[in-house]
Amino acid sequence: MPSEFRLPALGADMDEGTIVEWHVAPGSRVKRGDVVAIVETDKGAIDVEIFEDGVVREIVVQPGTKVPVGTVLALLDTEGSPPAAAPAAAGRGEGHTPSLAPAGEDAGGVHEVGLVPPPASSRVRVSPAARKRARELGVDVESLQGSGPGGAVTLEDVEKAGQGGGMRAAIAAAMSRSKREIPHYYLSTAVDVTAATEWLAVHNASVPVTERLLFAALLVKALALTCRETPGFNGFHRDGRYEESPAVHVGVAVALRGGGLVAPALMDTADKPLARLMEEFRGLVSRARAGRLRASELAAPTIILTSLGDASVDAVFPIIQPPQVAIVGAGALAARPWVVDGQVVPRQVLTLSLGADHRVTDGRLGAQFLAKLAQRLVDPGSL
Amino acid sequence: MSDTVRMTYREAVKQSIREALDDDPRVFLMGEDVGKYGGCFAVSKGLLEEYGEERIRDTPLSESAFVGAGIGAALGGMRPIVEIMTVNFSLLALDQIVNNAATLCHMSGGQFPVPVVIRMATGAGRQLAAQHSHSLEAWYAHVPGLRVVEPATIDDARGVLRAALACPDPVIVFEPISLYNMDGELTAAASEVRLDGARIHRAGRDVTLVSYGASLWRCVAAAEELAAGGIEAEIVDLRSLRPLDDATILASLRRTKRVVIVDEGWRTGSLAAEIAMRIVEQGFYDLDAPIARVCTEEVPIPYPKHLEEAALPEPKRIVAAVRGLFSDAQ
Amino acid sequence: MNDLPDALTRERGLHLLGEMLRIRQFEDRCAELYGAGHIRGFLHLCDGEEAIAVGVMQVLGSGDAVVSTYREHGHALARGIAMNPLMAELYGKRSGCSGGRGGSMHVFDAATRFYGGNAIVGGGLPLAVGLALAEKLQGTRNLAACFFGEGAVAEGEFHESMNLAALWKLPVLFMCENNLYAMGTALARSESQTDIQAKAAAYGVRAAAVDGMDVFAVEAAVRSAADHARAGRGPVLLEFRTYRLRAHSMFDAQLYRDKAEVEEWRARGPLITLTTRLKAASLMIEDDFQRLQHAADDEVRAAVEFAGNAEWEPVEDLARHVYAEVTS
Repeated sequence: MPSEFRLPALGADMDEGTIVEWHVAPGSRVKRGDVVAIVETDKGAIDVEIFEDGVVREIVVQPGTKVPVGTVLALLDTEGSPPAAAPAAAGRGEGHTPSLAPAGEDAGGVHEVGLVPPPASSRVRVSPAARKRARELGVDVESLQGSGPGGAVTLEDVEKAGQGGGMRAAIAAAMSRSKREIPHYYLSTAVDVTAATEWLAVHNASVPVTERLLFAALLVKALALTCRETPGFNGFHRDGRYEESPAVHVGVAVALRGGGLVAPALMDTADKPLARLMEEFRGLVSRARAGRLRASELAAPTIILTSLGDASVDAVFPIIQPPQVAIVGAGALAARPWVVDGQVVPRQVLTLSLGADHRVTDGRLGAQFLAKLAQRLVDPGSL
Repeated sequence: MSDTVRMTYREAVKQSIREALDDDPRVFLMGEDVGKYGGCFAVSKGLLEEYGEERIRDTPLSESAFVGAGIGAALGGMRPIVEIMTVNFSLLALDQIVNNAATLCHMSGGQFPVPVVIRMATGAGRQLAAQHSHSLEAWYAHVPGLRVVEPATIDDARGVLRAALACPDPVIVFEPISLYNMDGELTAAASEVRLDGARIHRAGRDVTLVSYGASLWRCVAAAEELAAGGIEAEIVDLRSLRPLDDATILASLRRTKRVVIVDEGWRTGSLAAEIAMRIVEQGFYDLDAPIARVCTEEVPIPYPKHLEEAALPEPKRIVAAVRGLFSDAQ
Repeated sequence: MNDLPDALTRERGLHLLGEMLRIRQFEDRCAELYGAGHIRGFLHLCDGEEAIAVGVMQVLGSGDAVVSTYREHGHALARGIAMNPLMAELYGKRSGCSGGRGGSMHVFDAATRFYGGNAIVGGGLPLAVGLALAEKLQGTRNLAACFFGEGAVAEGEFHESMNLAALWKLPVLFMCENNLYAMGTALARSESQTDIQAKAAAYGVRAAAVDGMDVFAVEAAVRSAADHARAGRGPVLLEFRTYRLRAHSMFDAQLYRDKAEVEEWRARGPLITLTTRLKAASLMIEDDFQRLQHAADDEVRAAVEFAGNAEWEPVEDLARHVYAEVTS
């Protein structure tokens, strides 16, 4: 079997060479150390020596051809075995320096780089420490007036806002900002939820007290499922664009004693069974009132549900909490006159309302959303 | 009764050299004018008479050769203290320091560590103009294989040489020229000086000042003025420039939430830049304000006094930088 | 032309020839291995200069220190660094004499006091001065032997080191291998005074020019110089006049010299020179050469196999050896 004579790598940055001249021809006898060819490289013409004894069988690469390091240049009939040091496969010797030039068609050409426009944010400056503390306290930094250099919000500003008295101011600022920046539209619908209330009564009669469900649990689950089904209401509008959130974490607005409101999230609301949601809801409420919510619970909501059912207003027209894009309100659940099969009868009626961001959705979509929500609500078995 | 003694920084260094010569016969001092002249800054005055020519060696003006010879002598079993008159002349020996001292241990696979100590005077402030006023600590601190220290107090000046000579690696010791005349107390801490580890020079709750060398005392002056205005500054004396003591800096930042780095090097590519980046990497969420730095302005050091002062990181610039972190109103 | 030393025996002659052959075979194999991609980076081979390495090492003792250049394989082999760890070092393997960390230009060995292997031209001269200083301060009769090329004579380090060594009367052998080309620049194009040994006079240093192709001349000159240095009389500059039969390094088209000149020097190379003289003095037969060459080949082949099979250092160990590893 003939031995292969390959183009050696003569330098760390030599990738290829062109044969200029062969000093041997088929039939020539060579010995180790003989110069058999001249190869042109970037540095000039270099004599290339062979490291075996033998007779040249065939010249494989002719003069004038540029080839990569490692290419077989000639075949040799040797007496003994092939050289102890066989070079690595063609073009890929050890330490092969990858070519820096792009291989594609526009190699050497200039192409335009499309510049990404900077985000249209006018966000308030907040120091990292302040931002971190704000999350821990459930304070909305975007709503604060900063006392640091350049109006930056500092740790101290956040600490102040985190205390009871500051919360009212914080909420005020947050609400103002929301109304300033988000073009709200509102829709409401009165829903006959008798089927749901009857279902609840039956369910609750058959389970111990600790496992009983409140209507709120149905609301929350129905809302979550509806969010999944109808895009445009469960996500964030930031830096000029809207992004749907793949997860649904419904925030439940909880009134605090002494004033103030927080809306911690029930995580992955759509995936949990009603009993679990109820349990978690109870936990959130008690912890919220005790001031022991986790930062993650406060930061997480993708949409908020606010219910003033116990305050006996018919409908709630709430304010969206940015960067969210929708908020759902539920008014009081009460017996009202309703028309069923041409007759006026008393039914359990609840007014659901939707406040949504007109940059993301419009009335038609909003109406669809509310309709779907209502449908789910009155079919608790599907929740 | 306190067991402290007062001495100058110069005297502290001199005593450390004498102690080294007394304790170890392998130690000798080598450099320009260290013998007959008594040392450019009078650090080695009288040592030639005391220890003789073999151990106190005047060299010709051949920085590359005598620094290389110091490295060679260390390889050969001695413990040389090589004195380069100032960092300004060390550039002539940069090849020996960077290509030999810093690399031999590594290139030899650990066979040849280089236990050489190189002392260099450094810094500006005496109207010596551009070629005699450099602060190039950042260049040396950049190189793996070297250890770099800069004592700023009497204790550290007294104790650092012992630690450096005990270290098997090449150690560069920077001595700020403007501190040689500084008077102070020597305490028991001088005997515990290590080659690594920053020190809290002054405790405070409102802002951390990180510095080294002559700038430490600029920070002290600034802290006094700030305290009068109700801002308590904590001062971290780096002492070791390679390795840097991240832990001490970050712990201080956690306490104060604000940091100003004061560095006599030029601001571009400075040690201050390196420290700031480490803070961003490891302490970002502790920052209640942007990181600030006060460095030498981007000019070769000028000759006239008022211009030189304006170029260097003076206390009033430090005070302004600190105030700027609190509010727009200063 | 130098006569053979009176005390020369066949045994001694063949020993010297064998030592030079080992270097020549090793270097030629390195050329092949480099082309095949097993040795990377820069490779500087000393074909033609073997008599200097071998001649010098006959004189040095185990307590002497050696400082060399990036063309140091011959010095390393003649000094006693075994071929296996040397080849492994060129491959970059962990069992290389520098742990694989240095490569061809940074061969180090504590056991033979071989202080590298230096890639900076002139960079080793101050180190040799310091090593000699250490010997003098410790009261030994050891010396520091410093190899450098004639290109280094242009660097400031040469002048500073000569001056300092002479001033302090240090036992340094400054050994210049004048192969007439500093990379691609001929001597006459870079030195105002091309008689290199003459420069020593400016420093009050004893000097001599030596035929670097004659291993006996080299040995004799070094022996005399070493005696001078060990006796505390100061450094010596030896200029070995020689020639580099291969290119400066592997990737060199040799545009700066004539092929005819190379062939002329090849005919006067150290192996041919010694072989001719030994044969003329009836101290060797043709068989001897073949035998020595085969022995060298076998040794080289074993080293290549050793290096090829040797392990790489694990990447996890990257940060080792930047500082001394102190075991307390």
